[in-house]
Amino acid sequence: MSDVHEVRVGSSDDIVGIRKMVRTIAGDIRMSLVDQTKLVTAASELARNIVVHGGGGTVRIERLTGPTGRTGVRMIFSDEGPGISDVDLALTDGWSSGQGLGLGLPGSRRLVDEFELDTAVGRGTRITVTKWTR
Amino acid sequence: MTNPQSGGQAHIVQLLSTRQDAALDRWTELAGATLRGRTTQTELRGELRELLSLTLASLEREDDTARSELRAVLADMSGRRARQNFTPKETAVAVFTLKQVVHELIEDADEDQAINEFVAFSRYVDDLGLLTFETYAATREQVIADQAEQLLELSTPVVKLWEGIVAVPLVGTLDSARTQVVMEALLQTLVDTGSESAVIDITGVPAVDTEVAQHLMKTIMAARLMGAECVISGIRPQIAQTIVALGIEFGDIVSKATLADALEYLLSRNGVRIVREVVG
Ligand SMILES: Nc1ncnc2c1ncn2[C@@H]1O[C@H](COP(=O)(O)OP(=O)(O)OP(=O)(O)O)[C@@H](O)[C@H]1O
Ligand SMILES: [Mg+2]
Repeated sequence: MSDVHEVRVGSSDDIVGIRKMVRTIAGDIRMSLVDQTKLVTAASELARNIVVHGGGGTVRIERLTGPTGRTGVRMIFSDEGPGISDVDLALTDGWSSGQGLGLGLPGSRRLVDEFELDTAVGRGTRITVTKWTR
Repeated sequence: MTNPQSGGQAHIVQLLSTRQDAALDRWTELAGATLRGRTTQTELRGELRELLSLTLASLEREDDTARSELRAVLADMSGRRARQNFTPKETAVAVFTLKQVVHELIEDADEDQAINEFVAFSRYVDDLGLLTFETYAATREQVIADQAEQLLELSTPVVKLWEGIVAVPLVGTLDSARTQVVMEALLQTLVDTGSESAVIDITGVPAVDTEVAQHLMKTIMAARLMGAECVISGIRPQIAQTIVALGIEFGDIVSKATLADALEYLLSRNGVRIVREVVG
Protein backbone atom coordinates (compact mmCIF):
# COMPACT_ATOMS: atom_id res chain seq x y z
CA MET A 1 0.00 0.00 0.00
CA SER A 2 1.24 3.43 -0.76
CA ASP A 3 -0.58 6.69 -1.02
CA VAL A 4 0.89 9.83 -2.41
CA HIS A 5 0.18 13.46 -1.77
CA GLU A 6 1.57 16.24 -3.84
CA VAL A 7 1.33 19.82 -2.64
CA ARG A 8 2.54 23.12 -3.96
CA VAL A 9 4.70 25.24 -1.69
CA GLY A 10 4.78 28.94 -2.29
CA SER A 11 4.31 30.58 1.09
CA SER A 12 4.65 29.99 4.81
CA ASP A 13 0.95 29.10 5.00
CA ASP A 14 1.70 26.13 2.76
CA ILE A 15 4.48 25.06 5.13
CA VAL A 16 2.06 24.93 8.05
CA GLY A 17 -0.21 22.71 5.94
CA ILE A 18 2.66 20.40 5.01
CA ARG A 19 3.73 20.05 8.63
CA LYS A 20 0.21 18.99 9.57
CA MET A 21 0.00 16.53 6.71
CA VAL A 22 3.35 14.93 7.56
CA ARG A 23 2.37 14.73 11.23
CA THR A 24 -0.86 12.91 10.31
CA ILE A 25 0.84 10.41 8.01
CA ALA A 26 3.64 9.72 10.50
CA GLY A 27 1.03 9.19 13.21
CA ASP A 28 -0.97 6.85 10.98
CA ILE A 29 2.00 4.52 10.54
CA ARG A 30 2.67 4.70 14.28
CA MET A 31 5.98 6.42 14.19
CA SER A 32 7.26 7.28 17.66
CA LEU A 33 6.60 10.78 18.88
CA VAL A 34 10.32 11.60 18.64
CA ASP A 35 10.54 10.38 15.04
CA GLN A 36 7.32 12.15 14.11
CA THR A 37 8.72 15.39 15.46
CA LYS A 38 12.01 14.90 13.62
CA LEU A 39 10.24 14.17 10.34
CA VAL A 40 7.88 17.12 10.70
CA THR A 41 10.80 19.40 11.48
CA ALA A 42 12.79 18.17 8.46
CA ALA A 43 9.72 18.75 6.27
CA SER A 44 9.41 22.24 7.69
CA GLU A 45 13.07 23.05 6.94
CA LEU A 46 13.15 21.68 3.42
CA ALA A 47 9.80 23.20 2.49
CA ARG A 48 10.96 26.56 3.82
CA ASN A 49 14.13 26.32 1.76
CA ILE A 50 11.90 25.91 -1.31
CA VAL A 51 10.03 29.08 -0.36
CA VAL A 52 13.05 31.12 0.69
CA HIS A 53 15.73 29.95 -1.73
CA GLY A 54 13.96 27.97 -4.48
CA GLY A 55 11.27 30.45 -5.45
CA GLY A 56 8.46 27.96 -4.79
CA GLY A 57 8.01 24.34 -5.83
CA THR A 58 6.33 21.13 -4.81
CA VAL A 59 6.45 18.56 -2.05
CA ARG A 60 5.53 14.98 -2.65
CA ILE A 61 4.77 12.88 0.39
CA GLU A 62 4.57 9.13 0.07
CA ARG A 63 3.69 6.46 2.54
CA LEU A 64 6.01 3.47 2.09
CA THR A 65 5.76 -0.20 2.86
CA GLY A 66 9.06 -2.00 2.43
CA PRO A 67 9.49 -5.65 1.34
CA THR A 68 9.82 -6.82 4.93
CA GLY A 69 6.63 -5.03 5.84
CA ARG A 70 8.26 -2.10 7.54
CA THR A 71 6.68 1.25 6.99
CA GLY A 72 8.04 4.68 6.38
CA VAL A 73 7.52 8.07 4.82
CA ARG A 74 9.33 9.44 1.78
CA MET A 75 9.24 13.12 0.97
CA ILE A 76 10.49 14.74 -2.23
CA PHE A 77 11.08 18.49 -2.28
CA SER A 78 11.47 19.91 -5.77
CA ASP A 79 11.92 23.37 -7.11
CA GLU A 80 13.12 24.95 -10.31
CA GLY A 81 15.01 27.72 -8.59
CA PRO A 82 18.66 28.75 -8.84
CA GLY A 83 20.05 25.42 -7.62
CA ILE A 84 22.97 25.07 -5.20
CA SER A 85 26.42 25.73 -6.60
CA ASP A 86 28.43 24.32 -3.70
CA VAL A 87 26.60 21.42 -2.11
CA ASP A 88 29.31 20.71 0.47
CA LEU A 89 29.19 24.29 1.65
CA ALA A 90 25.39 24.28 1.77
CA LEU A 91 25.54 21.13 3.90
CA THR A 92 27.98 22.71 6.33
CA ASP A 93 26.55 23.50 9.75
CA GLY A 94 26.10 27.21 10.13
CA TRP A 95 26.59 28.23 6.52
CA SER A 96 23.80 30.35 5.10
CA SER A 97 23.74 32.46 1.97
CA GLY A 98 21.21 34.64 3.76
CA GLN A 99 20.32 35.50 7.32
CA GLY A 100 19.46 31.96 8.40
CA LEU A 101 21.16 29.81 11.00
CA GLY A 102 22.45 27.63 8.18
CA LEU A 103 21.20 24.52 9.92
CA GLY A 104 18.15 23.62 7.84
CA LEU A 105 19.90 21.50 5.25
CA PRO A 106 22.56 19.76 7.36
CA GLY A 107 20.10 19.46 10.26
CA SER A 108 17.42 17.81 8.11
CA ARG A 109 19.96 15.29 6.93
CA ARG A 110 20.52 14.25 10.55
CA LEU A 111 16.79 14.09 11.23
CA VAL A 112 16.03 11.44 8.60
CA ASP A 113 17.34 7.97 7.64
CA GLU A 114 18.02 8.59 3.96
CA PHE A 115 18.90 11.89 2.33
CA GLU A 116 19.57 12.51 -1.33
CA LEU A 117 20.29 15.87 -2.91
CA ASP A 118 20.12 16.53 -6.65
CA THR A 119 20.80 20.00 -7.86
CA ALA A 120 21.94 21.85 -10.94
CA VAL A 121 22.77 25.52 -11.02
CA GLY A 122 20.08 27.41 -12.87
CA ARG A 123 17.84 24.36 -13.09
CA GLY A 124 16.65 23.64 -9.59
CA THR A 125 16.98 21.38 -6.59
CA ARG A 126 15.44 18.07 -5.62
CA ILE A 127 15.85 16.62 -2.16
CA THR A 128 14.53 13.18 -1.34
CA VAL A 129 14.37 12.04 2.27
CA THR A 130 13.07 8.88 3.87
CA LYS A 131 12.39 7.97 7.44
CA TRP A 132 11.44 4.46 8.55
CA THR A 133 9.30 3.43 11.46
CA ARG A 134 11.38 1.75 14.10
CA MET B 1 -16.38 42.41 -18.55
CA THR B 2 -18.10 43.40 -21.76
CA ASN B 3 -18.63 47.03 -22.48
CA PRO B 4 -22.18 48.07 -21.85
CA GLN B 5 -23.98 48.77 -25.07
CA SER B 6 -25.60 52.08 -24.47
CA GLY B 7 -26.25 53.47 -27.91
CA GLY B 8 -29.10 51.12 -28.58
CA GLN B 9 -31.07 51.83 -25.43
CA ALA B 10 -32.44 55.25 -26.17
CA HIS B 11 -36.05 54.25 -25.56
CA ILE B 12 -35.35 52.65 -22.21
CA VAL B 13 -33.36 55.69 -21.16
CA GLN B 14 -36.21 57.92 -22.28
CA LEU B 15 -38.75 55.84 -20.38
CA LEU B 16 -36.67 55.78 -17.21
CA SER B 17 -35.97 59.51 -17.32
CA THR B 18 -39.59 60.55 -17.71
CA ARG B 19 -40.81 58.18 -15.01
CA GLN B 20 -37.87 58.49 -12.64
CA ASP B 21 -39.89 58.90 -9.46
CA ALA B 22 -42.20 55.99 -10.12
CA ALA B 23 -39.24 53.83 -11.12
CA LEU B 24 -37.39 54.77 -7.97
CA ASP B 25 -40.41 53.93 -5.79
CA ARG B 26 -40.82 50.56 -7.38
CA TRP B 27 -37.07 49.84 -7.27
CA THR B 28 -36.91 50.69 -3.59
CA GLU B 29 -39.89 48.45 -2.93
CA LEU B 30 -38.42 45.47 -4.80
CA ALA B 31 -34.89 45.84 -3.49
CA GLY B 32 -36.16 46.47 0.04
CA ALA B 33 -38.26 43.29 0.10
CA THR B 34 -35.20 41.05 0.36
CA LEU B 35 -33.38 43.23 2.83
CA ARG B 36 -35.78 42.50 5.71
CA GLY B 37 -35.36 45.93 7.15
CA ARG B 38 -31.58 45.84 7.29
CA THR B 39 -31.49 49.32 5.85
CA THR B 40 -34.18 51.94 6.19
CA GLN B 41 -36.33 52.69 3.17
CA THR B 42 -35.05 56.26 3.13
CA GLU B 43 -31.45 55.12 3.17
CA LEU B 44 -32.05 52.57 0.45
CA ARG B 45 -34.00 55.07 -1.66
CA GLY B 46 -31.11 57.51 -1.37
CA GLU B 47 -28.60 54.89 -2.51
CA LEU B 48 -30.79 53.80 -5.40
CA ARG B 49 -31.48 57.38 -6.49
CA GLU B 50 -27.77 57.91 -6.88
CA LEU B 51 -27.38 54.63 -8.77
CA LEU B 52 -30.30 55.42 -11.04
CA SER B 53 -29.11 58.84 -12.02
CA LEU B 54 -25.59 57.55 -12.66
CA THR B 55 -26.97 54.64 -14.68
CA LEU B 56 -28.99 57.03 -16.78
CA ALA B 57 -26.05 59.34 -17.23
CA SER B 58 -23.79 56.53 -18.37
CA LEU B 59 -26.40 55.14 -20.74
CA GLU B 60 -27.41 58.53 -22.11
CA ARG B 61 -24.10 59.93 -23.14
CA GLU B 62 -21.59 57.23 -23.75
CA ASP B 63 -19.73 58.87 -20.99
CA ASP B 64 -16.71 57.27 -19.39
CA THR B 65 -16.76 59.59 -16.40
CA ALA B 66 -20.34 58.70 -15.55
CA ARG B 67 -19.60 55.03 -16.10
CA SER B 68 -16.60 54.95 -13.83
CA GLU B 69 -18.45 57.00 -11.25
CA LEU B 70 -21.27 54.49 -11.36
CA ARG B 71 -18.86 51.64 -10.89
CA ALA B 72 -17.17 53.42 -8.01
CA VAL B 73 -20.46 54.10 -6.22
CA LEU B 74 -21.58 50.53 -6.79
CA ALA B 75 -18.29 49.12 -5.55
CA ASP B 76 -18.51 51.33 -2.51
CA MET B 77 -22.03 50.17 -1.75
CA SER B 78 -21.15 46.49 -2.21
CA GLY B 79 -18.10 46.83 0.01
CA ARG B 80 -20.17 48.50 2.70
CA ARG B 81 -22.75 45.68 2.57
CA ALA B 82 -20.04 43.03 2.72
CA ARG B 83 -18.64 44.64 5.84
CA GLN B 84 -22.11 44.82 7.38
CA ASN B 85 -22.50 41.06 6.88
CA PHE B 86 -25.12 41.25 4.16
CA THR B 87 -25.27 38.06 2.09
CA PRO B 88 -24.09 38.22 -1.54
CA LYS B 89 -27.73 37.91 -2.60
CA GLU B 90 -28.81 40.80 -0.42
CA THR B 91 -26.01 42.83 -1.93
CA ALA B 92 -26.67 42.05 -5.57
CA VAL B 93 -30.45 42.23 -5.38
CA ALA B 94 -30.33 46.02 -5.37
CA VAL B 95 -28.86 45.89 -8.86
CA PHE B 96 -30.76 43.01 -10.37
CA THR B 97 -34.21 44.28 -9.38
CA LEU B 98 -33.64 47.19 -11.75
CA LYS B 99 -34.41 44.75 -14.56
CA GLN B 100 -37.84 44.08 -13.22
CA VAL B 101 -38.49 47.79 -12.75
CA VAL B 102 -37.62 48.48 -16.36
CA HIS B 103 -39.52 45.49 -17.61
CA GLU B 104 -42.67 46.68 -15.87
CA LEU B 105 -42.18 50.18 -17.24
CA ILE B 106 -41.90 48.82 -20.75
CA GLU B 107 -45.04 46.70 -20.34
CA ASP B 108 -46.99 49.66 -19.00
CA ALA B 109 -45.88 51.91 -21.81
CA ASP B 110 -46.44 49.18 -24.33
CA GLU B 111 -43.40 50.26 -26.28
CA ASP B 112 -42.17 47.85 -28.92
CA GLN B 113 -38.83 49.50 -29.49
CA ALA B 114 -38.05 49.46 -25.80
CA ILE B 115 -38.77 45.72 -25.69
CA ASN B 116 -36.14 45.18 -28.33
CA GLU B 117 -33.63 47.05 -26.25
CA PHE B 118 -34.33 45.02 -23.16
CA VAL B 119 -31.81 42.26 -23.96
CA ALA B 120 -28.97 44.77 -24.17
CA PHE B 121 -30.17 46.52 -21.05
CA SER B 122 -30.38 43.22 -19.23
CA ARG B 123 -26.80 42.46 -20.15
CA TYR B 124 -25.80 45.90 -18.93
CA VAL B 125 -27.40 45.24 -15.55
CA ASP B 126 -25.78 41.80 -15.37
CA ASP B 127 -22.39 43.48 -15.75
CA LEU B 128 -23.14 45.80 -12.88
CA GLY B 129 -24.35 42.82 -10.85
CA LEU B 130 -21.10 40.99 -11.48
CA LEU B 131 -19.22 44.03 -10.30
CA THR B 132 -21.10 43.96 -7.01
CA PHE B 133 -20.20 40.29 -6.60
CA GLU B 134 -16.57 40.99 -7.30
CA THR B 135 -16.36 43.79 -4.80
CA TYR B 136 -18.39 41.84 -2.30
CA ALA B 137 -16.04 38.83 -2.52
CA ALA B 138 -12.90 40.95 -2.31
CA THR B 139 -14.21 42.82 0.72
CA ARG B 140 -15.24 39.62 2.50
CA GLU B 141 -11.76 38.23 1.93
CA GLN B 142 -10.31 41.33 3.51
CA VAL B 143 -12.72 41.00 6.44
CA ILE B 144 -11.65 37.40 6.96
CA ALA B 145 -7.97 38.29 6.76
CA ASP B 146 -8.50 41.03 9.34
CA GLN B 147 -10.30 38.62 11.63
CA ALA B 148 -7.53 36.05 11.28
CA GLU B 149 -5.05 38.69 12.31
CA GLN B 150 -7.13 39.66 15.32
CA LEU B 151 -7.41 36.03 16.30
CA LEU B 152 -3.66 35.74 16.02
CA GLU B 153 -3.28 38.51 18.53
CA LEU B 154 -6.00 37.17 20.79
CA SER B 155 -4.48 33.72 20.87
CA THR B 156 -1.18 34.96 22.21
CA PRO B 157 -1.84 36.16 25.72
CA VAL B 158 1.02 37.42 27.77
CA VAL B 159 0.21 36.85 31.41
CA LYS B 160 1.66 38.30 34.56
CA LEU B 161 2.87 35.57 36.89
CA TRP B 162 4.28 37.71 39.66
CA GLU B 163 5.32 41.27 40.22
CA GLY B 164 8.01 41.78 37.59
CA ILE B 165 7.57 38.36 35.96
CA VAL B 166 5.48 37.75 32.84
CA ALA B 167 4.92 34.57 30.86
CA VAL B 168 3.82 33.73 27.37
CA PRO B 169 2.51 30.21 26.84
CA LEU B 170 2.89 29.22 23.20
CA VAL B 171 0.33 26.75 21.95
CA GLY B 172 -0.01 25.15 18.55
CA THR B 173 1.90 25.28 15.32
CA LEU B 174 4.15 28.29 15.11
CA ASP B 175 4.52 29.90 11.77
CA SER B 176 6.73 32.86 11.23
CA ALA B 177 3.89 35.40 11.38
CA ARG B 178 2.52 34.03 14.61
CA THR B 179 5.90 33.73 16.31
CA GLN B 180 6.61 37.31 15.39
CA VAL B 181 3.31 38.53 16.85
CA VAL B 182 3.94 36.65 20.09
CA MET B 183 7.44 37.92 20.44
CA GLU B 184 6.44 41.51 19.80
CA ALA B 185 3.62 41.18 22.32
CA LEU B 186 6.07 39.83 24.88
CA LEU B 187 8.56 42.64 24.42
CA GLN B 188 5.76 45.21 24.58
CA THR B 189 4.42 43.70 27.80
CA LEU B 190 7.89 43.82 29.34
CA VAL B 191 7.92 47.54 28.66
CA ASP B 192 4.31 48.19 29.69
CA THR B 193 4.53 46.34 32.98
CA GLY B 194 8.11 47.29 33.73
CA SER B 195 8.89 43.60 34.21
CA GLU B 196 12.45 42.37 34.20
CA SER B 197 11.80 38.67 33.77
CA ALA B 198 9.83 36.57 31.32
CA VAL B 199 9.11 32.91 30.73
CA ILE B 200 8.46 31.60 27.24
CA ASP B 201 6.66 28.32 27.72
CA ILE B 202 6.64 26.02 24.69
CA THR B 203 4.87 23.01 26.23
CA GLY B 204 2.10 23.36 23.65
CA VAL B 205 4.33 23.63 20.61
CA PRO B 206 4.51 20.49 18.44
CA ALA B 207 7.76 21.33 16.62
CA VAL B 208 10.62 23.80 16.82
CA ASP B 209 12.55 24.35 13.62
CA THR B 210 15.37 26.75 12.78
CA GLU B 211 12.95 29.54 12.03
CA VAL B 212 11.09 29.28 15.33
CA ALA B 213 14.38 28.87 17.18
CA GLN B 214 15.73 31.97 15.52
CA HIS B 215 12.67 33.98 16.52
CA LEU B 216 12.99 32.73 20.08
CA MET B 217 16.66 33.63 20.27
CA LYS B 218 16.16 37.04 18.72
CA THR B 219 13.43 37.83 21.21
CA ILE B 220 15.55 36.73 24.11
CA MET B 221 18.43 38.87 22.86
CA ALA B 222 16.11 41.85 22.40
CA ALA B 223 14.75 41.36 25.93
CA ARG B 224 18.31 41.31 27.24
CA LEU B 225 19.06 44.57 25.55
CA MET B 226 16.05 45.95 27.38
CA GLY B 227 17.54 44.73 30.62
CA ALA B 228 15.19 41.76 31.03
CA GLU B 229 15.93 38.08 31.41
CA CYS B 230 14.03 35.40 29.51
CA VAL B 231 13.78 31.74 30.42
CA ILE B 232 12.42 29.02 28.15
CA SER B 233 10.30 26.31 29.72
CA GLY B 234 8.45 23.22 28.63
CA ILE B 235 10.88 21.83 26.07
CA ARG B 236 9.49 18.31 25.74
CA PRO B 237 11.80 15.32 25.12
CA GLN B 238 10.94 14.93 21.43
CA ILE B 239 11.55 18.63 20.84
CA ALA B 240 14.82 18.55 22.78
CA GLN B 241 16.09 15.64 20.69
CA THR B 242 15.06 17.34 17.46
CA ILE B 243 16.74 20.59 18.44
CA VAL B 244 19.94 18.75 19.23
CA ALA B 245 19.86 16.80 15.94
CA LEU B 246 19.25 20.00 14.01
CA GLY B 247 22.31 21.45 15.68
CA ILE B 248 20.58 24.45 17.25
CA GLU B 249 22.46 25.83 20.23
CA PHE B 250 20.59 28.01 22.65
CA GLY B 251 23.88 29.20 24.08
CA ASP B 252 23.60 30.54 27.60
CA ILE B 253 19.82 30.81 27.50
CA VAL B 254 18.35 29.27 30.63
CA SER B 255 15.80 26.56 30.07
CA LYS B 256 13.65 24.82 32.67
CA ALA B 257 11.56 21.68 32.42
CA THR B 258 8.29 23.25 33.49
CA LEU B 259 6.70 26.64 33.83
CA ALA B 260 6.67 26.11 37.60
CA ASP B 261 10.42 25.45 37.65
CA ALA B 262 11.00 28.56 35.58
CA LEU B 263 8.90 30.66 37.93
CA GLU B 264 10.72 29.31 40.96
CA TYR B 265 14.07 30.07 39.30
CA LEU B 266 13.10 33.63 38.44
CA LEU B 267 11.62 34.24 41.88
CA SER B 268 14.80 33.15 43.57
CA ARG B 269 16.76 35.43 41.24
CA ASN B 270 14.49 38.21 42.44
CA GLY B 271 15.24 37.29 46.03
CA VAL B 272 11.94 35.55 46.70
CA ARG B 273 12.17 32.14 48.30
CA ILE B 274 9.26 29.74 48.43
CA VAL B 275 9.05 27.95 51.74
CA ARG B 276 6.50 25.37 52.75
CA GLU B 277 5.14 26.18 56.15
CA VAL B 278 5.19 23.28 58.52
CA VAL B 279 1.97 23.32 60.48
CA GLY B 280 1.54 21.70 63.88
N1 LIG C 1 16.05 24.72 -2.48
C1 LIG C 1 17.17 25.46 -2.51
N2 LIG C 1 17.48 26.17 -3.63
C2 LIG C 1 18.61 26.93 -3.67
N3 LIG C 1 19.47 27.06 -2.64
C3 LIG C 1 19.21 26.39 -1.50
C4 LIG C 1 18.04 25.57 -1.37
N4 LIG C 1 18.06 25.03 -0.13
C5 LIG C 1 19.16 25.50 0.48
N5 LIG C 1 19.87 26.32 -0.33
C6 LIG C 1 21.14 27.00 -0.01
O1 LIG C 1 21.78 26.29 1.01
C7 LIG C 1 22.05 27.15 2.11
C8 LIG C 1 21.94 26.39 3.40
O2 LIG C 1 20.59 25.99 3.63
P1 LIG C 1 20.08 25.85 5.12
O3 LIG C 1 18.65 25.45 5.09
O4 LIG C 1 21.02 24.96 5.83
O5 LIG C 1 20.27 27.30 5.70
P2 LIG C 1 19.34 28.59 5.58
O6 LIG C 1 18.07 28.23 4.88
O7 LIG C 1 20.13 29.68 4.99
O8 LIG C 1 19.03 28.92 7.10
P3 LIG C 1 18.10 28.08 8.11
O9 LIG C 1 19.02 27.57 9.17
O10 LIG C 1 17.13 29.06 8.65
O11 LIG C 1 17.47 26.99 7.35
C9 LIG C 1 21.05 28.27 1.99
O12 LIG C 1 21.48 29.44 2.62
C10 LIG C 1 20.92 28.42 0.47
O13 LIG C 1 21.96 29.18 -0.04
MG1 LIG D 1 16.85 26.70 5.47
